[in-house]
Amino acid sequence: MIAVRSRSGRLGRAALIAFCALVFAFLVLPILAVVPLSLNPGGFLVFPEGGLSLRWYRTLADSPQWTHAFGNSFKIAVATTAIATPLGTLAAIGLSHMRSRAKPVIVALISAPLVMPIVVVAVAFYFLFAPLGLVNGPVGLVIAHSALALPFVVIVVHASLSGLDPDLLRAAASLGAPPLTQLVRVLAPLAAPGIAAGAVFAFMTSFDETTVALFIAGPEQRTLPIQMFEGVREQISPAIAAAATLLIVASTLLLGTAELLRRRGERLRTGSAAPDVGA
Amino acid sequence: MAVSASPLVEFRGVEKRYAAGAAAAVAGLDLAVERGEFLTLLGPSGSGKTTTLMMLAGFETPSEGDIYLDGRSLADRPPHKRNMGVVFQNYALFPHMSVAGNIAFPLRVRGIRGADAAAKVEAALALVRLEGLGDRRPDALSGGQRQRVALARALVFEPDLVLMDEPLGALDRQLREHLQIEIKRIQRALGLTILYVTHDQSEALTLSDRIAVFADGRVQQLGPPDTIYERPANAFVAGFMGENNRLAATVITQQGDQCAIRLAGGQIVRATAAATFTPGTAVVAAIRPEHIEMGEQPLPCCNALDGRVDQLVYHGDHRRIHVGLDGGGSLIARVSADRDVKPGDRLAIGWCTDRCFVFPAADGSNPGGEGS
Ligand SMILES: Nc1ncnc2c1ncn2[C@@H]1O[C@H](COP(=O)(O)OP(=O)(O)O)[C@@H](O)[C@H]1O
Ligand SMILES: [Mg+2]
Repeated sequence: MIAVRSRSGRLGRAALIAFCALVFAFLVLPILAVVPLSLNPGGFLVFPEGGLSLRWYRTLADSPQWTHAFGNSFKIAVATTAIATPLGTLAAIGLSHMRSRAKPVIVALISAPLVMPIVVVAVAFYFLFAPLGLVNGPVGLVIAHSALALPFVVIVVHASLSGLDPDLLRAAASLGAPPLTQLVRVLAPLAAPGIAAGAVFAFMTSFDETTVALFIAGPEQRTLPIQMFEGVREQISPAIAAAATLLIVASTLLLGTAELLRRRGERLRTGSAAPDVGA
Repeated sequence: MAVSASPLVEFRGVEKRYAAGAAAAVAGLDLAVERGEFLTLLGPSGSGKTTTLMMLAGFETPSEGDIYLDGRSLADRPPHKRNMGVVFQNYALFPHMSVAGNIAFPLRVRGIRGADAAAKVEAALALVRLEGLGDRRPDALSGGQRQRVALARALVFEPDLVLMDEPLGALDRQLREHLQIEIKRIQRALGLTILYVTHDQSEALTLSDRIAVFADGRVQQLGPPDTIYERPANAFVAGFMGENNRLAATVITQQGDQCAIRLAGGQIVRATAAATFTPGTAVVAAIRPEHIEMGEQPLPCCNALDGRVDQLVYHGDHRRIHVGLDGGGSLIARVSADRDVKPGDRLAIGWCTDRCFVFPAADGSNPGGEGS
């Protein structure tokens, strides 16, 4: 009886592991598939048969179209980060001080761009910005991206603030620190890892955003995702795979950074308690 | 104006409701803190002690009334301009600063830097006996050390007043007693005015010059520890401060503060009245176990009752005897461990009139009286 059960237990376990492996393969393989494609020495988007080559990376670097697109994406992402991070941080600070029942409503409003279908958001921005002359220009795109990135910053920073002991700010006040000093000397350093993680999310949100960019960006603001999208339609070359590989590496690094920051923030806030020996 | 004659802090008619229509967390609070005194707010959890302290520190606003510091209203003064050192139960040390950085914080925000600040930090560390630990991070300290740092940080800027909200509540008993002595030493050495909050009556008795006993948001009694302990103003204080036998009774006669009462078992005894009663009023008589005397013969000077030993409970340095009274009722007496009694023994017990206090029966929690 026991043997039977343990054998079926083993079988079940094996099936579970196999299923998980399958799910992971389903999630990760298509993404990783572009890596060998990008190393193809030939001119077609196929898996390399002979040796590997970095030729398509060279092509990327040499092509003004690709470097321009990289540059555009980078500039717009930086501008978005610069706008969304302070705004989102301030919003998160405000929210964390709020005791009102309106708080969930405000959180829902801030996260609206996250939960709306992105194409709806894109169309909405298009109709809003067109009469204002903000389409076909970088300003409109940065504003739209900031709206998309803001909720990420608010959520990440708010999470890092909610673990903070409220007595810390009271202590700072009682010691003579006016509100701005409390913010700069106590709140900001303790929330810094969370704020930095929020900034990383804001950057990534903008850097690979495609739909809104398709609607709003002009030919001059052709961003990397748009360049890739149109590249696939026009001239299928392994250069696209090379660009994709670079994006994968960049995203992985940034996400890893964000996670490290988050953990650091947690450590800073909780501060492992030392045993209570001696006075 | 005679500023120096006015108390350092004065609560005048202060009331706090956290929400409109909610029960008052603090009500009818008139309390003065004199310069250089150690005043303790003592009461059970939820009695409004923290609320009182937070209103003084400026983190909560009174719904009614006003608080005065040096005769000036604090109504429009934000917390960072009140110049009060606050020590929190969970230390509230800044985790991203060293011990020295924490202690230097109030100096920095006051523009004191460099050698001046360093000397003050050193002196504060020496005061709490943490010399040489300035470079440590708070998370590398024990709980007792952290609270010393918090104390140093609250003292280094020479505040007018130090507020402490159950500062030793998170520490174990031995450490707590040790730090109580330290706090008292520092208070005496610097002549500090301290407003201290605790729910631990022995802590309050040890530390305080005066104690304000809180219950249900109101001060039940205000006075020096011995008065609070020996002459409780009402049944709540009598029950909260140490142990008390509570005997139901009715008043027969009263003359001044002396009265004669009839216990539920029919025995007639003399006691001290805490209020004016008309004959026939239902009352509670409170008497501490250590104030009950006993002998084999009837006792001369005191109220004398006969009873029998029901039960003996060993407490190490003493024993408690549960005595069943002839005619009904029971009470607990305290005797030294070497006294020879055993269950079933008959004995005479008694107490002096001034050790037994009589309170209105219904008053218990909310008499609203202060002193007596
Ligand atoms: N921030 C708050 N919001 C609502 N009610 C509160 C708040 N703080 C305290 N109270 C209530 O006020 C009363 C007194 O609380 P408190 O001052 O903390 O008592 P203590 O410090 O004596 O335990 C309690 O009934 C408590 O529930
Ligand atoms: Mg409290």
